[in-house]
Amino acid sequence: MTTLVAIDGLVKNFDASGPAAIDGLTTQIKSNQVTGLVGPDGAGKTTLIRLMAALLTPSDGVIKTCGFDTRDTPEPIRDVIGYMPQKFGLYEDLTVMENLTLYADLRGVVDPQRKDTFERLLAFTDLARFTNRLAGALSGGMKQKLGLACAMLRSPKLLLLDEPSVGVDPISRRELWRMVYTLIGEGVGVVWSTAYLDEAENCAEVIVMNAGRVLYQGDPKAMTATMAGRVFYARGAGAERREGLARALQNPDIVDGVMQGQTIRLVTAQGAPPPTPEILGVAAPVEIVATAPRFEDAFVAMLGGASKRTLSAQARRPVDETDAPSVEARGLTRRFGDFTAADHITFRIHRGEIFGLLGPNGAGKSTTFKMMCGLLRPSEGAALVDGLDLAKAPSAARARLGYMAQKFSLYGDLSVRQNLEFFAGAYGLSGARRRDAVARVVDAFDLTPHLNANAGGLPLGFKQRLALAAAIMHEPPVLFLDEPTSGVDPLTRREFWATINAMVGRGVTVMVTTHFMDEAEYCDRVALIYRGKAIATGAPEELQARVRSEKMPNPTLEDAFIALVEESDRQREAAA
Amino acid sequence: MSAPSGRWRRIRALIVKETRQVSRDPSSFVVAFVLPALLLFLFGFGISFDATRLKVGLVIEDPTPASREFLIALSNTPYFDVHESSDRRAFIDDLSAGKLNGVIVLAGDFSEKLARGDTAAIQVISDGSDPNTAALVTGYMQGAWASWREKRGLGAEAPPGQIEIKARFWFNPELQSRRFLVPGSISLIQMMIGSMLTALVVSREWERGTMEALLATPVGVVEFIIGKLVPNFVLGMIAMGVCVAASLFVFDIPLRGSFLVLTGFTAIFLMVALSIGLLISTVARTQFIASQIAMLVAFLPGLYFSGFLFEVASMPAPLRVFARVVPAYYYVPGLQTIFLAGDIWAVILPESLVLIVMAIALFTLTARKTRQRLD
Amino acid sequence: MLWTRLSALVVKELLAAFRDKKARFALIMPPLIQVFLFAFAATMEVTNVPVGVVNQDWGAQSEQLISRFERASAFSEIRRYDSQADARAAIDRQEVMVVVQIGQDFSRKIAARETPDVSVLLDGRKSNSAQIVNSYLNTIISQFGTETFAPDKLNADSRIVERAWYNPNRDYRNAMVPVLIATLPMTMVLMMVGMSVARERELGTFEQLLVSPLQPLEIVVGKAAPGLLVGLGQCVIISGIVILLFGIPLLGSAAMLFLSLTVFLVAVIGIALFISSLVSTQQQAMMGIMLVMMPAMMLSGFSSPVQNMPDWLQPLALTNPLTHMLVIVRGLFLRDMPFWLVAQRIWPMAVVGMVTMGLAAWMFQRKVQ
Repeated sequence: MTTLVAIDGLVKNFDASGPAAIDGLTTQIKSNQVTGLVGPDGAGKTTLIRLMAALLTPSDGVIKTCGFDTRDTPEPIRDVIGYMPQKFGLYEDLTVMENLTLYADLRGVVDPQRKDTFERLLAFTDLARFTNRLAGALSGGMKQKLGLACAMLRSPKLLLLDEPSVGVDPISRRELWRMVYTLIGEGVGVVWSTAYLDEAENCAEVIVMNAGRVLYQGDPKAMTATMAGRVFYARGAGAERREGLARALQNPDIVDGVMQGQTIRLVTAQGAPPPTPEILGVAAPVEIVATAPRFEDAFVAMLGGASKRTLSAQARRPVDETDAPSVEARGLTRRFGDFTAADHITFRIHRGEIFGLLGPNGAGKSTTFKMMCGLLRPSEGAALVDGLDLAKAPSAARARLGYMAQKFSLYGDLSVRQNLEFFAGAYGLSGARRRDAVARVVDAFDLTPHLNANAGGLPLGFKQRLALAAAIMHEPPVLFLDEPTSGVDPLTRREFWATINAMVGRGVTVMVTTHFMDEAEYCDRVALIYRGKAIATGAPEELQARVRSEKMPNPTLEDAFIALVEESDRQREAAA
Repeated sequence: MSAPSGRWRRIRALIVKETRQVSRDPSSFVVAFVLPALLLFLFGFGISFDATRLKVGLVIEDPTPASREFLIALSNTPYFDVHESSDRRAFIDDLSAGKLNGVIVLAGDFSEKLARGDTAAIQVISDGSDPNTAALVTGYMQGAWASWREKRGLGAEAPPGQIEIKARFWFNPELQSRRFLVPGSISLIQMMIGSMLTALVVSREWERGTMEALLATPVGVVEFIIGKLVPNFVLGMIAMGVCVAASLFVFDIPLRGSFLVLTGFTAIFLMVALSIGLLISTVARTQFIASQIAMLVAFLPGLYFSGFLFEVASMPAPLRVFARVVPAYYYVPGLQTIFLAGDIWAVILPESLVLIVMAIALFTLTARKTRQRLD
Repeated sequence: MLWTRLSALVVKELLAAFRDKKARFALIMPPLIQVFLFAFAATMEVTNVPVGVVNQDWGAQSEQLISRFERASAFSEIRRYDSQADARAAIDRQEVMVVVQIGQDFSRKIAARETPDVSVLLDGRKSNSAQIVNSYLNTIISQFGTETFAPDKLNADSRIVERAWYNPNRDYRNAMVPVLIATLPMTMVLMMVGMSVARERELGTFEQLLVSPLQPLEIVVGKAAPGLLVGLGQCVIISGIVILLFGIPLLGSAAMLFLSLTVFLVAVIGIALFISSLVSTQQQAMMGIMLVMMPAMMLSGFSSPVQNMPDWLQPLALTNPLTHMLVIVRGLFLRDMPFWLVAQRIWPMAVVGMVTMGLAAWMFQRKVQ
């Protein structure tokens, strides 16, 4: 094992007056292993990777990649590294083969060696069937594999992957890891930056970054081990589990808590006693059992724990008991030409329930979601909000729902206040009602310090808060969330779900799409959408129970997801 | 690894990639093919300064054989489309509505004065709100008047007091404005492909994140620049070929100079345009900004200061000075010369020299400015 | 309710246009630059041109004629050439646009009261300027002739009394600059409205709008109204510059000008919205705008009169709102155009506006479903 990247006292300043993006960082990256680069948004992960690739010049300090100084000798570095940027760096108007050929030419992979390389990579990435497809027409997972193939053409010494798994479903993610492990066997060093902490557990070594500094470097298992005896499951809170979690998080002994289906996962502060059922403050009898820590527990604890901020009670008045809307999909079908994107999807979401639409990329969950919002007219069937058909009474139905789009669709060049006022107006609030609504969410979401800042320049967490605030301004009894935490770090994710949980507690009905298992764990029920069909619907535990076997005595939701998809594939093949 | 063969292979790969992209991306296609065709069409058919038949109203307040004779003389010239009336008010509204270009009034005493030997006034009222056409109305009217007098036998023996002016327009005796507009529009098309398309395709690489991936490969600045230049250069030359064909066969414009000189001269100009495009792309990271800058620094000056629409010599001094840094200011006169006059080296050589100097200067600047890193 | 939603849209759009320093700059500076550039650069007038002279006459008359050229304000200098061949070469080299050749018996013929001749050689490569120079020369030479030979009866049987109405000095600036009141806001509004929907699509905020209770027609109006406001604002500013700074008087009614500009901008916004209903990215929107803007500018009588176009192209020019607006602007600025004539030009623009707005609303409705 050799040192591939040597970093000593590295500083990178983009803005002379602002804080440094990389602030006096010293570390080493070794060969023959995957080094995970983890940290919250804005920690400096991308900047560090770009510095290793000699794409940025260090402001101070030294960074040597494969023995070459990035400041003085960037050229030889480019011959020995493979780099996949966040957007994969593919030419979307070139085909798969054309992309490969281009990068092969650029990296000097010539015949006869080229033929073998292509064959190997195409087999490896399972893209051989799609060589003539335009890269832009590939699914997210396929794009990512092609991006990786292009970066690996010339068996690099060092492979730099910048958040390769953002927007990619669990199946594609597993395949990617499989491919990367194959490379490790060949002696390549891999740097993998991620905001998904379950991935960090796959790494031989992790570098935990925050604010341009290294908080921890070493074996993730060692870091996880520091949490031994501090992680507990609280079972049996039932319907009150959301309130229970919120209360528990207020306890100074609890640093972190998340929902895992019906179970609450709690992490105690260093040296604190194990939690008692009382801290949840729920009526039902609660059982507390110790459980094995995860890397994520250690990470959150290291970064100071989950936010103790609570959503102020005024954010959402309780939904009137008599106002009990339900959301319903009745045989929703959408065809695009010959292709059926959604095939007779039926489900019903009850008042105060969180319902998740789960599925791999391109499975039809976005199509279903769009029909539920009235953005797409169903070819067959109906989407109903509170009994109102979105196709027949769109305006009335839409007035009852709040919608938060994937990319926090805000007007970036408008201030926070202007955004809020606009959305209030768009939902027909005027005069005193508008002022009250704005004041209420500003107070509830703690937006006062940013009121006059442009929405585009807000930190990610605040953007997310603002987007949610805008969506609930008109106090809708129903909230639709489209991949709300894609690419967001664990701390921001926790804060977001604390808010959602509080709202559900007040009777709001939530529908969420995700391919992110953490998020699915917060749902009361999920529908697994695959190839246009709802192949399984039920509580997360039910899905896990369905796939429990001797080989998998304790399946995670992700395991369940993959097993169910594979089972569906087998059934379809058997039928065919 | 960076052996010459590697370098050529990389350049070739970039060129192939670029060519494929231009043919597949609709916006490149629009800039490379649709806009040039549109421009050629608009300058060939849409714009014309040749008012072949001016609409004038002739007011004859007192119809007599003499005034009738005048009407006939006027109608016989190819310049006028004459409407007749006995009441001038009938035409005033038409003039005001822009339906007539001028009104000619023969007053009630026209024939009487003519017969008496007094000076009879022919009143010519032109629409000054279009000064160009107004000047033509007066000019053509002078000619019609002279021929009318000639017909009356007064000018037959070359009366004293007349200096005979023999005007000859070289290169363009038919005085078709299309003959200078179409070559002028070729310069705009070259600018469009050279600057706008080049700026767009580079900024697109930044926008889509492919630049980052390219920079992490062994591709050097020079290779990258050549990879962008060659396809757009070829495209520009193809566009020139199409323009020349359209000029010759659709618009009937002669090519008196040699095709070879035209090609060489255009190639030099195209290099300038391309380097402007590359220079823009070193500043602009988004396609929108790139196109806005290209419009402002390449296209508009080319339109205003190349002398094919507006006479640079007539502009105020600061603008005349500014025109001298606009590449089209040197290209357009040469282009017009090659098309209409021939290979006149006294025009083409100095202009080529200036353009070559511009190209070299811009290239050096671009190669320096093009970043090999992201910061 | 409706009013609340609409005003929210309009306020947001205006804020987006003006809040950002760069955006504000982009709205204000380029039009201003263009106003001044256009006022000084876009002249069809020919001044400051050198005149070549080949004088083969030894008498005094020819020098007198030449001195008149020297005094003419249109000509910058007189360049003398020894032979016709030299002069030709000078035209070839584009040293001069015109050469006046005075024959060797010019003075003698004048003394003998014969008809002397003067040839004028012009550079046809710039036929437009050359024609104008030719007419200047004609005037000077004929005047010289008339004054040299005492005007006798034969000569004075008739004369042309020339008057240019509406713009007596045939001042180019008076004719060209007011046109900017229509063209510049058109460019700006096309860009602003045409891109805004595509930008919202890219940002994802358009879906957000579609999920709100806003109706497609409300979105269309919400996009159109800010464009109209900003466009009219720009019209007012440019009118102010034209009237106050360039001293070009508005003879017609200001109210009528405002009314026509409103209808014109509605038509332009209709076109912009229609483009934006067809495209999904800003890049496509920009290409669409360019493909519409160039012909709209050139086939409008902006740079050369509509009547000079081939007959088959003229009907197309009549569907162009700018064609009509230019007639109105020129009419109202220079010649107090009466209302009924303005009205004749307003209704075609109104038709274009209604058709494109309707199409845009229909397209948005269709896209949603």
